[in-house]
Amino acid sequence: MNTSKINSMEFGILSPKLIKSLATVRIVTSDLYDADGYPVDGGVMDPRMGVVDPGLRCRTCGGTIGDCPGHFGYLELARPVIHVLYTKYIYQLLKATCSKCGKLLNRDPRSLDHVSKSPLKKCPHCGKQSKKLSFVKPYTYYSGKDELSPSSVREWFERIPDSELKKIGFDGGRPEWLVLTLFPIPPVTMRPSITLETGERSEDDLTHKLVDIVRINQSLKENIDIGAPEFILNDLWELSQYHVATYFDNELTGVPQARHRSGRPLKGIVQRLKAKEGRIRGNLLGKRVDFSSRTVISPDPTLSINEVGVPEQVSKELTIPEIITPLNIKTIKELIKDEKVNYLTRPDGRKIKVTQENKNDLVKTLTNGWSVDRQLQNNDVVLFNRQPSLHRVSVMVHKVRVMPYRTFRMNPSVCAPYNADFDGDEMNIHALQSEEARVEASMIMDVKNNIISPRFGGPLVGLDLDQISGVYILTKKETVMTKEEATQLLATAGLDMELPDKEKFTGKEIVSMMLPSELNIEFKSHACKECDKCLREKCEHDRWVSIRNGKLRTGVLDSNAVGAFKGRILNKVKRLVSEENLKNFIDSLGRLGVAYLMSRGFSIGLSDLDLPPNILKKIEREIENAQKEANGLVVKFNRGKLKALPGMTMEESLETQILSVLAEGLNVVSEIMIKHIKESDIIHMSRSGAKGSNINTTQMAAAVGSETILGKRIQRGYLNRITPHFKQGDLSPTAHGFVARGFKQGLTPFEFFWNVMNGREGLMDKSLRTRKSGYMQRRLMNSLQDLKVMEDLSIRDSNGNIVQFFVGEDGMDPTKSDWGTLNWMDHIKHG
Amino acid sequence: MGERMNVGLPAKIRKDVESYISEHNISESEGKEIMDRVRKFYHRALYDPEEAVGVVTAQSLSEPATQMTMRTYHFAGTAGIQVTLGLPRLIEIFDAKKEPETPSMTIYLRPEFQTEVKAIEVAKKIKEVKLRDFVISDVIDLVNLTVKCKLDSEKLKKFNLEPKKLVKHIKLKNIDCETKGNDLTCLSKKTENVNLHKLKYKLLESHIEGVKGVSHVIVSKDANGEWFITTLGSNLKKVFEIEGVDPNRTICNNPFEINDLLGIEAARNSIIKEAVDTIGEQGLGVDIRYVSILADLMTSTGGIMGIGRYGIAGNKDSVLARMAFEETKKHIISASIDGLKDPLKGHVENIIMNQLIPMGTGAFELIGRIPGGKPKPERPEKRAAEKPRVRKRVEKPKPKKPVKKPKVKSKKTKSKKPSKPPAKKPKRKVKKK
Repeated sequence: MNTSKINSMEFGILSPKLIKSLATVRIVTSDLYDADGYPVDGGVMDPRMGVVDPGLRCRTCGGTIGDCPGHFGYLELARPVIHVLYTKYIYQLLKATCSKCGKLLNRDPRSLDHVSKSPLKKCPHCGKQSKKLSFVKPYTYYSGKDELSPSSVREWFERIPDSELKKIGFDGGRPEWLVLTLFPIPPVTMRPSITLETGERSEDDLTHKLVDIVRINQSLKENIDIGAPEFILNDLWELSQYHVATYFDNELTGVPQARHRSGRPLKGIVQRLKAKEGRIRGNLLGKRVDFSSRTVISPDPTLSINEVGVPEQVSKELTIPEIITPLNIKTIKELIKDEKVNYLTRPDGRKIKVTQENKNDLVKTLTNGWSVDRQLQNNDVVLFNRQPSLHRVSVMVHKVRVMPYRTFRMNPSVCAPYNADFDGDEMNIHALQSEEARVEASMIMDVKNNIISPRFGGPLVGLDLDQISGVYILTKKETVMTKEEATQLLATAGLDMELPDKEKFTGKEIVSMMLPSELNIEFKSHACKECDKCLREKCEHDRWVSIRNGKLRTGVLDSNAVGAFKGRILNKVKRLVSEENLKNFIDSLGRLGVAYLMSRGFSIGLSDLDLPPNILKKIEREIENAQKEANGLVVKFNRGKLKALPGMTMEESLETQILSVLAEGLNVVSEIMIKHIKESDIIHMSRSGAKGSNINTTQMAAAVGSETILGKRIQRGYLNRITPHFKQGDLSPTAHGFVARGFKQGLTPFEFFWNVMNGREGLMDKSLRTRKSGYMQRRLMNSLQDLKVMEDLSIRDSNGNIVQFFVGEDGMDPTKSDWGTLNWMDHIKHG
Repeated sequence: MGERMNVGLPAKIRKDVESYISEHNISESEGKEIMDRVRKFYHRALYDPEEAVGVVTAQSLSEPATQMTMRTYHFAGTAGIQVTLGLPRLIEIFDAKKEPETPSMTIYLRPEFQTEVKAIEVAKKIKEVKLRDFVISDVIDLVNLTVKCKLDSEKLKKFNLEPKKLVKHIKLKNIDCETKGNDLTCLSKKTENVNLHKLKYKLLESHIEGVKGVSHVIVSKDANGEWFITTLGSNLKKVFEIEGVDPNRTICNNPFEINDLLGIEAARNSIIKEAVDTIGEQGLGVDIRYVSILADLMTSTGGIMGIGRYGIAGNKDSVLARMAFEETKKHIISASIDGLKDPLKGHVENIIMNQLIPMGTGAFELIGRIPGGKPKPERPEKRAAEKPRVRKRVEKPKPKKPVKKPKVKSKKTKSKKPSKPPAKKPKRKVKKK
């Protein structure tokens, strides 16, 4: 392993001397290739500057494509030109220095900015009166009314003494180097040409630009030599300046863009570096990788949370290098025989592909010191990732399980950290290539090490959807089963457990078998009805969870107990047992839930939303009442008798009041509905927090309520009305987005339209939001990325500036806390 | 590690434990044991050194932001002032905008003003009253180049004003005002180029009474039954001067204003409060420690810096880090003029250089040697041969080298490649030519 390190990087300006010494070629012609298609010596594609065609060798270093880094050339400019990227600094320097002695026009110079802002009119050193300088974009300077040619700018700058430059912190080089006399020609490797299928060569944008520069420079030189008239020379000089300018930056204001024949603007040096797809952000900070794979994901609750099901096809393509040692030579040989190795690498670095024909010979020749590229197999360590990778748990280590079919399989419990669902989401895996990487990754990035979120200190991995529904129904009071059923259930869940000798088993007893025996906890379940007075253990609805010494005594386990984000038990168990056992706990509980649902059956249907006819009537009346009340407000408003709410206009108060009246009406409806709807699986889902809420059920079974746009009732459309079907100025709920029916009952065409309007708003909001928050994340990341916790628990940036003396003011890592607090009371009580 | 084990319990936890011990009549020795156990428990929850808190902070703050709604309003029922919330507000806070989109104050009152009547009285004093509020109709007189207004005498009475007194409150330069009954006539002192429309606007907007900038006030009662005032528009300095206002608790939602008036520590707390409130209002959980880290970073220079191009990210010391963020051209050019040197201490710089980042497991530079293993014979010659060469190229890093070098070399002996190229290259050239 190479352990040398780059310690620092310096920036500066290239001097003509340096340009010359860096160069291997002097460019003299604008021709690229001769008639035979070989690069011309002294041309821009001179092979002494490196090679880009396979098979050829660099004439300077003898390297081929991969190992020749390329070499610079140089061009002697017939007339100097201004380096456009420095025009601002050139102008400042002109203003700041005396045209005669080159010294600074300030007795107490602080910086270039400072001196150039208010230079003395008269030079304090030689007494020369300075003329008024002006700068006309893009690259022309005037002294008084006379144009300053690049040559005269250069001469001026040559007069500035080094001592003066030091005073203003101009340390990158001599200012006259900002006017180019020698032009560096970048190596060919930096601007490779590509050969099209037709055999035609297509040159890089930079090469095109360089050809222009060289050509104009040639003709300028010739014209100078033949003594052409000044105006012709000036025209060519100007053109030369233009080409050099656009070579550096082709997006200068005031300069017409240099274009390709097709009309596409050429890419200058600046464009290469800049922005998202530029060199820095696109190639240096983000890289394309090998040994990765991407496909659709689908759920498999039988997998462990830290496993990933990998399709066979993928496993054959992804490989892991392994060095042959006496310890593994036997197994590797078996693998080669099974064609589970793709390549062998000999100690001299040659690679041999394993095929059916040569595998037996290869097995014989394989010895220590060789290495092989072995196919992915069970229990290999891979990174699993879903984009956008918004936080660190978007990339975690999973163990491979090679499986048939073509999707990545994962346990639904790990959907939360990845924010994944299975409506067509795709995810990536990366096979780690070195032993160090695999060890480090599996020690800190494994799912089981990342169950607690660093964001809020609660579990991110926990039961989800059906797993919760299953455990919820299983732990309900009425769930009782025979020993046979219980055995069957445990077997389906893949749990190897001994059942005590008993006739009947309650669901709570079964679940208790999963709980660690040290577990002691009490809390309200998600299904809690929020009674006025909590009876705790004596809760008549059995919603108070009480676990003593690992026995679930009362209550149901739902999302508040074992779900992602809220699972109280998960945090507690994490403190009691090892990470491995916490993982097993989540696994087995999840499997138990799903297994129970499979034997019990779990489905929802339209009839689940049925309500008795008298209740439907009641609901209808309630909705009518709410509408009537709203209409009453409208009447009051029209008569001008509505009381304005503080700080609002009449219209605003009307709107707010109508909305609140309608919302209140819907609340009442919701309560009635919840009271009378039958205990179906839909209700089980929303009550346990597996999916959905009372609002969802209400909207399906009873009424949708008022649709809103931008937080107000729907207002847009025709003048004073949404559609022409209403009277102008009709302010009633029906005319402004109130949906009085539920989805089951069916919506009227208007109501349907309003519902869709609301839906569209949601879509727009989402797309706008992702962009805004994405940019915010980038800025936050760039501001904060260098902060780290030091040994003394202070936070410092990369320069050692202290940001906080004590991390988070108490030194605590939220990842190791209970929702951000230190639960010491629980610790001393229950260990 | 010794140092970390000496870290005492945070004051709050210690107090809690102490009161727990005294409440439960626990004996001294047992109490001490409990304290010890809590301290050990606390030490286990401490941060590991070299943890990249910065990155975790950025992630923890922005991951929930993707789930925020763009715009939320105070929902039906709660009559109140509409302030910007959700993602736009969060961005506003982190960007350190000088003026929030909806500036607002929460004003608490002194105990002696705790009645509805008195609270309303204070609120009245705070709300800005403009000339517009007294005007029933206004006319532009093009002949005489004047603006004429008709005043609402009833409203004037409410504020204990008469037209003549009102005129005295109009503090506009270049304007002469006269009153006749309830008519107000205003004439510009300038004689030429009078823009009457502009004049009218200025006149109507002119401040008469109350606190400038406060357009709405709402008096309400909080959960503890205490009266307080919320406003739209803020001007803390003026409000503090008003009788009945409790300046100890009254705040506004603009950290800059708080910084000017109360100092940077207060501004930091204001940033934390605003961010926590905004995130909390959406029902998203973020540990307050992260918000405090960001707020401390934003205020670490003594002023308030935003996170963006003109704030922290754009003012980093490292040229490469700045180039990687935004305005690549500007930063690379100015760096070359100043002849800057990037010490490659940060995160992105090392990624650009394809090196380990100086954080987490990448922060440790020691490479251990397996005891009793590895060949030795080559090392002494190699070291002798290489030292001068290294010295020629690198002058400075002397102190660390002697420790590290042998280790590096032991690696090199194995692979043989890395150290040689400088010597080999010229040879190759000759061969191929």
